[in-house]
Amino acid sequence: MAAAPIITSRDVHLYYGKHEALKGIDLDFNPQQITALIGPSGSGKSTYLRLLNRMNDLIPNIKITGDIRLYQQDIYASDMDIVQLRKEVGMVFQQPHPFPFSIYDNVVYGLRLAGIKDRAVLDQAVETSLKAAAVWTETKDILHESALALSGGQRQRVCIARVLAVKPAVILLDEPTSALDPISSSKIEQMLVDLKKDYTIIMVTHNLQQAARASDKTAFFLDGQLVELNDTVNFFTAPAKKESEDYISGRFG
Amino acid sequence: MDPIRQRLLKKSRQAKLEKRGRLIGLLCISLIVLVVVAIFYFVASRGLATFYHDKVNLWDFLTKQVWNPGTKDSHGVPAVGALPMIVGSFLVTIFAALVATPFAIGAAIFMTEISPRRGMRILKPVTELLVGIPSVVYGFIGLTVVVPVIRRLFGGTGFGILAGTCVLFVMILPTVTSMSVDALKAVPRYYRDASAALGATRWQTIYKVVLRAAMPGLLTAIVFGMARAFGEALAVQMVIGNAALMPHNLVSPAATLTSVLTLGIGNTIMGSLENNALWSLALILLLMSLVFNLVIRWIGRKGAVKS
Repeated sequence: MAAAPIITSRDVHLYYGKHEALKGIDLDFNPQQITALIGPSGSGKSTYLRLLNRMNDLIPNIKITGDIRLYQQDIYASDMDIVQLRKEVGMVFQQPHPFPFSIYDNVVYGLRLAGIKDRAVLDQAVETSLKAAAVWTETKDILHESALALSGGQRQRVCIARVLAVKPAVILLDEPTSALDPISSSKIEQMLVDLKKDYTIIMVTHNLQQAARASDKTAFFLDGQLVELNDTVNFFTAPAKKESEDYISGRFG
Repeated sequence: MDPIRQRLLKKSRQAKLEKRGRLIGLLCISLIVLVVVAIFYFVASRGLATFYHDKVNLWDFLTKQVWNPGTKDSHGVPAVGALPMIVGSFLVTIFAALVATPFAIGAAIFMTEISPRRGMRILKPVTELLVGIPSVVYGFIGLTVVVPVIRRLFGGTGFGILAGTCVLFVMILPTVTSMSVDALKAVPRYYRDASAALGATRWQTIYKVVLRAAMPGLLTAIVFGMARAFGEALAVQMVIGNAALMPHNLVSPAATLTSVLTLGIGNTIMGSLENNALWSLALILLLMSLVFNLVIRWIGRKGAVKS
């Protein structure tokens, strides 16, 4: 039996104005696992992912109901500190865009926000994070050059290192490889598998093979609902639901 | 000949139109280039006459402090020291930019980051309106409001660098603000998202990411405002006092290159030293606006490499 779930969500609804984008999601995430969220465009999987570190808060006319907990703490409680939440739940976006600073400044950005100035601590964090993001060998000699000079795959790994430096418990990835070439993608996939012993990883992906290769659990979203959550092996070999089978065999989506 | 080949060789109407359009465009551009070259040639030929025709030393012109082109000093050299006007122009420009920059960037941050909806709806039309107000209006308000206030606060006549700075500050504020807004808006959303996702507060995101990413654009806005302040003639002339003296403090009457030019150019005879000396001032103005232009381009290029 796996450990207690780190994130739980119960009956999560989300409305953009009158449109109901999420129609009651119950979903838990276990530590040290990669969970892949899959589903066609507009199925609500990215919207759901962004709920987990409250990235949707700034969108106007949005209404969120339900209960999402991290370590049993309701993250939408009124006394929840959103800055602290985002330090625990890091996020990597689809487009590989580091800040227009040096690689070093990118990685230590979150630490500097927290007021850490000790050079030795920062240096150490840069090395550890870049190593964990599997981009240290390519960048160790050019740490003080602009991160924008790197290739797309390297940039995305710097973005991941930037998140790792803050030492979150959970890492959310929103289609992290969809803007990258296959070789860069597979490097990032491999890296995520290596990272999961220390983190809880939740990844939205459009790439079914990627979900099948890298994840432990797969959650299939369709039309704002969670159709099926299953062990990845079972999901892709013997899906429990008809819609899942249709989707993975390419009959729609 | 085979009909397909015939059809391919026949010039289409669209291709002819394209060619004609290109020709018209080329003509327009040549006209603009011609005008710019002509202006440079005209100003330079007149402005340089002071130095090779009237035998004024360039260094003296730039560093002497007495401006009185009608008289000659004991060595028979006309008194054309432009330093007071050069200093006056630079002082009002720099002070106006120094005062306007924090206000402009603050307003731009408010409009783009803090309250994009209300800020844009109210502040944007206001700044656009301010851009359109003719400079004589600014000058008139300066004359009837700013000058008396300064007179009451600091004594003297009230005319001077301080009054000029106040008027120019209001004049360049909308320009710098709207260009700063554009610069901040051009910062892509994903920088803000990524910063927030790393646990930054809104202020930290603005301060550490947005302003940094927008820096080339903001610098361009400031330099643009300075160029406008440097070249402004009428409003400044109305409040600066128009005494071609070295400004010893901010509330004594002074002059700028532009104010001396607008006052003097109608009262001098073409070809005379007095007239040529004014053209030399115009040449300095022209060269300075060229410098401002180059600085803007240089900043733009540096920013382009960075992002």
